Formats: sequence, structure tokens, C-alpha cells
Amino acid sequence: MATEQSSKSATAKSEGLIRTFLKATELDVRILGMLGALLLVWCTFDVLSGLIQPNASIFSGLFLTPRNLWTLLVQTSSIAVMATGMVLVIVMRQIDLSVGSMLSMLAVAGAMVQVFMLGPWLGVGHPIIWVAGVATCLVLGTLVGVFNGVLTAYLQIPSFIVTLGGLIAYSGIAFLLASGVTIAPLDQTYDIIGGGVPQSWLGPMWSWVLGLAACALIVFGILSGRKQRRRFSFPLRPVWAEIVLASIGSAAVLLTTYVVNSYPWPFGLIKQYAQDHNVTIPVGDANSDGNAICMAGDQVVRCMDGLVYYTGYAVPVLIALMVGAVMTFVATRTKFGRYIYAIGGNPEAAELAGINTRMVTVKVFALMGFLAGLSAVISSARLDAATNALGQSNELYVIAATVIGGTSLAGGIGTVYGALLGALLMQSIQSGMQLLNLPAAFQNIVVGTVLVMAVFVDQLYRRRVK
Amino acid sequence: MDAPLVELRNISVSFGGVKAVDDVSVNLYPGEVVGLLGHNGAGKSTLIKILSGAYKRDGGKIFINGEEVQISNPRDAKAYGIETIYQALALADNVDAAANLYLGRELKTRWGTLDDVAMEAETRRVMGRLNPNFTRFKEPAKSLSGGQRQSVAIARAILFNARILIMDEPTAALGPQETRMVADLIHELKRQGIGIFLIDHDIHTVMDLCDRASVMKNGKLVGTVNVKDVTDDDILGMIILGKQPEKAA
Repeated sequence: MATEQSSKSATAKSEGLIRTFLKATELDVRILGMLGALLLVWCTFDVLSGLIQPNASIFSGLFLTPRNLWTLLVQTSSIAVMATGMVLVIVMRQIDLSVGSMLSMLAVAGAMVQVFMLGPWLGVGHPIIWVAGVATCLVLGTLVGVFNGVLTAYLQIPSFIVTLGGLIAYSGIAFLLASGVTIAPLDQTYDIIGGGVPQSWLGPMWSWVLGLAACALIVFGILSGRKQRRRFSFPLRPVWAEIVLASIGSAAVLLTTYVVNSYPWPFGLIKQYAQDHNVTIPVGDANSDGNAICMAGDQVVRCMDGLVYYTGYAVPVLIALMVGAVMTFVATRTKFGRYIYAIGGNPEAAELAGINTRMVTVKVFALMGFLAGLSAVISSARLDAATNALGQSNELYVIAATVIGGTSLAGGIGTVYGALLGALLMQSIQSGMQLLNLPAAFQNIVVGTVLVMAVFVDQLYRRRVK
Repeated sequence: MDAPLVELRNISVSFGGVKAVDDVSVNLYPGEVVGLLGHNGAGKSTLIKILSGAYKRDGGKIFINGEEVQISNPRDAKAYGIETIYQALALADNVDAAANLYLGRELKTRWGTLDDVAMEAETRRVMGRLNPNFTRFKEPAKSLSGGQRQSVAIARAILFNARILIMDEPTAALGPQETRMVADLIHELKRQGIGIFLIDHDIHTVMDLCDRASVMKNGKLVGTVNVKDVTDDDILGMIILGKQPEKAA
């Protein structure tokens, strides 16, 4: 009896501690929940993938390895970039079903400019080619977005219909443009944006520089926030909470940097690079577990201590992170972002407050189109090719990532960082199941189930908070 | 005499063949409160939404300080200093009081970003004057009570130095104390020379606060009277029977 009581009071006390912590740091519970889910998914897949190894043990897992995590980040970037835009679209009570087809269409158009138009004319490798390829995707994407937006805002056709039509029509255009064939190879400089070539890897030094700069930014942001609030003598967060926040943020950045800096280049690429740049390969003993290369006799072999390069951050991951930062800024610090949320909360009130809601709608769709263009560049550059099926069903993954990230389809609620985490969570589940050699059909079942469950849990939480 | 601050002349609005407002003329002078009375569906709110730019008129003209103006959306109305507090409390439910107060006219830092801190400071100042009990500055409007929402809506309208204020049943959601607060506010705004159109069902509120009252019935103007010259019963007769009192203004 007594023990039961004391354990009860201990639970109450720890609950109180958690509440104090959350209140002081002003952290969003749902984001913590998502981080928890992400961690759970990662650990589960790590253990499971370890168990199916020939020499199974808890530590032979494949998921929590630099190689897998690095690949995971690169694979997430294209969807993540579009998800940041989809947050704003859905917050404004609209939807864009056309982003996947748009991505295919834009990637094909960008590839055609490189391969069929400028390549033969300027000669392969001319610097204008990659610029024109990128510009084609971004400008066309923005224009298609404006088109979607004008149909929605000014002709008052529901965006679901406008973009459903777009989903069907744009993929048709992509097919016609490409005549059903793969357009390749693309410009080599253009390919850097995809993260599949060594030039697109930052390397450990610059990755550390960026990581430390990000930490400095976090601290600066917290300090300037305090200064602002002190200017008007508003209540401040307790100092310990600020320190905890800064530490958690910096630790996450540094840990990520450490992980990407631990992923070595593939064997063949190190060899190629050494040969191309006349780097002497040290002599060493062959070891098939090693990541470095050595000379054993006149053979180049894998070894433990030899020539090795590490990747660091890949360009598409940096693009996605930058887009995330910029979009967070747009959503929370600009008039435009404020209007999007106000329109989502009460479109009539926003209109009566003098906001030009139609213009805001067009701008949001234009932004979505621009981001679809950016994702088209990332996807086609990574593949070094464009096909009319490149973005197939991407719209579903983008919307799923956004919704898993806490954006409400009813409008008015959603965060960019939530969508980024949602994209990462979904990609984690997919890659995890690929590691377990589960068939694609099974992956679809799980992803679909996770989407529905995530929204259900979110609803439960919101009802309890009310 | 000077031209009226606002003159609505021969305004007509139809919705699908039904004449919601039929050839109605009203006007408003600086520092004056004009009450608009009538049954539900008499056309009061529709008339006022013409002035605030929410509806388009089919006929008639709008004059401000004697000059004809075109008001075709809420932004036009705001450009002429017309602010409206709507019956349905037009607040964005998902953002906080400060964001609602400044919606459409946000304060910006010198970098062009939102100056949330400055907006919150000003919101605390205005709300402190209007409703000293209000402390929920960080919560979305959705979680506020009816009275709190109403005070946010009123604060929003007075924050921007309106010249012409339209209040559509401003006390509908309020308790007695808050209603008195709104009455004090109306007196204060009158002193500042602001013209106010006040729509209200409560005849006593109108008798207490207004200088003149215009009564509408079935989309038509029954008449406009000086409140001092008539009794409650006269106005009731106008509302219910559409009957002109003997001593019309």
C-alpha cells in the first residue's frame, strides 16, 4: 500500500518535471513525439536488420550506420523540399496534387534543354548548360504554379480539381516531351546538385565549418530573441531552459555532422580519384572490412589504414536544410507567412481584414511550383537522367510527409520543421523495409498505415489538449 | 453646414431577385453615432457591408466628405479610414491576439520581417485599456471567451485611427460590465470626432448611445429620427409597423 502510494507520487512528480520542462522551453509536444517515433523506428529497423544478418547480433544492424543514414538524408531531400511548400498550401486550406507530375515534366524539360538544345550547340560541359538546366526547372515550375494558383484563386475552381487535372495532364506532357524515353546523360556540373558524384560531397572540413556555423546561429538566435523580449520587458524563458535548448540543438547538429563525416567514399571512387589526381596509394595489408584503399603488390585492395576520403554533407541535403530554414523564416517571420496562416484560420476574416487573399493564393502555388522545380533538379541530377516517371506518386509522399508532420488538412495549423521530420520519418520506414528485403507492395501497406495512424494519434492529442 | 462624413445615397442590393436593400439613403457626421435598427433581415447588415466593402452594390452612390468614392473591396474601405467590427467576429482563430489586432497591417522591423515583440507590446497596451483582465496574449483566438474575442475585435478597430467606425451588434456576446465598457468606449470615440454606425437589436442601447436612429424594414428605409425627439414606443412603431412617428426629424 505504502509503496504503491509512493510510486504514485513519484509518477506525479516526474510528470510535473516534464511539464515544467516543456513549459519552460516552450517546446511543441508533438514534435517531441515525432522525434521519439523517429528514434523508435530507427532502433527497431537497426535491430531487425541485424537479426537477419548471417552472424546475427544486436550490434550488426545496418540501419544506424553512417552509410545508411547518409543515404537516408540524400534520399529524403527531394520530398523534403516539396513538403516545406506543401505545408503552406495545406495551411491555406488548399491542396496541390500535381507536384509529382510537375516534377517529371520539369525534369524532362530541364534535361531536354541540356541534352538536345544547348549540349550540341555549345559543346558538352559548357557552364551555361547547367545554369540553363536549373533555370528551366525553376522558372517553368514557378509559371506552372502561377497557372494552378490563378485557376484556383481567380476562376474559383477548387484546387483539388485544378491539381488533380494537373496530376493527369502534366504527366501526359512529360511523356510527350520525353517521347517515353530516358533523357541522359545530363551535364556533369548539374549532377553535383543531385549528390551522386564526389564533387557534391562537402568533405569533413567544410562540413565541420558548416556545423559549427549552424551552432553559432542557434546560440545567436536564442540570444537575440531574449534581447528583443527584454526590450519590451516581457517574461523571459528561464536561463537553464535556454541553455538546454541551445545544447540540444547544437548537439543534434554536431552529431549529424559527425555521422556524415564518418561515411567513406565507395572503394571504386577513391581508386578512381587517386588515379586521376596522381595521389600515391600507401602500401598495406588487405582487409575486406576496411574502408580505405592500399597497394598490396600491384593490386589496389581494401584495407584498414590507407587512403580514404569521407563524404560529409551532400549538396542536396544542404539544399533541403537551407530551404527548410528559409521556409520557416517565410512562414513565421514575414507578412506573407502570417497571411497564409490567417487565411487558413478564417478566410473570410482575412479577406475582411484587407488581405488580398487571391494574390496570396497565387503566390503560395507559385512557391510550390518553384520548389517542385528545385526537387526536379535534385531528382534528375541524382539519377543523371530524366524520365517521364521520375516524380510518379511523389505528390502522395509529399502530402503524407506534411500531414505526418502535424499539418492539419482543415487548415491554419502546420510547421515547416514538422514536415521535414515527416519526410524523414517516411523515408526511414521505406529504407528500413528495403534493408529488410521486404517487397515494395508490403512497404506501401506500411507507409499507408503509418500515415493514417499518425493523423489519428495527432487527433487524439488535440482532443485531449482541448 | 459641412458635408457629412459619410453619405450613402439611394443604395440598392439584390440577391437573386430579392431586394435586400431598396433605395436606402443614410448619412453620418463627425462625432455622431447613428443607430441602424430593424428586424432580422431588414437589411441593416447588408447596407453596412456595402460601406465596408464586403458586398457589391447594384445601385446608388457613396460619398465621403462630400466626394463620391468607389468602394469595391475591404481594402478600398480601409483606405478611406472605414473600420468594421463584424457581428460574426471576424478573427483568425488560429493566431494570437496580437496577430489578429494587426492582421493586414503588421508592424515590421527594419529588416522587413514581422516585429512580433512590438506588436505584442502595443496589443498589451491597448487591451490593458480596454479589458484589464485580459492576459492570454500567447493563445490562439479560438481558445478565448466570447467577451475576450469581442474586445480583441474592438481593439483591432480602434487601433488604427479609424475615421468611420461600423459596429455590428458590438455588445451581442458581452456581459453587463463589458457592455458598459463598450458604451464608455463609444463616448470616448465620439469625443475624438469619429463617426459611428451602430447596429443593434436592443432599443435601449440605441436610445442611450445614439444621436440619430435610422430604421429599416424589408430592405426599405422607414425613416431617420433624432433620438431626443422620440420615445421608445415611436421607434418600436417604426420597427414593427413601419410607421413614421409624428415628429419626424
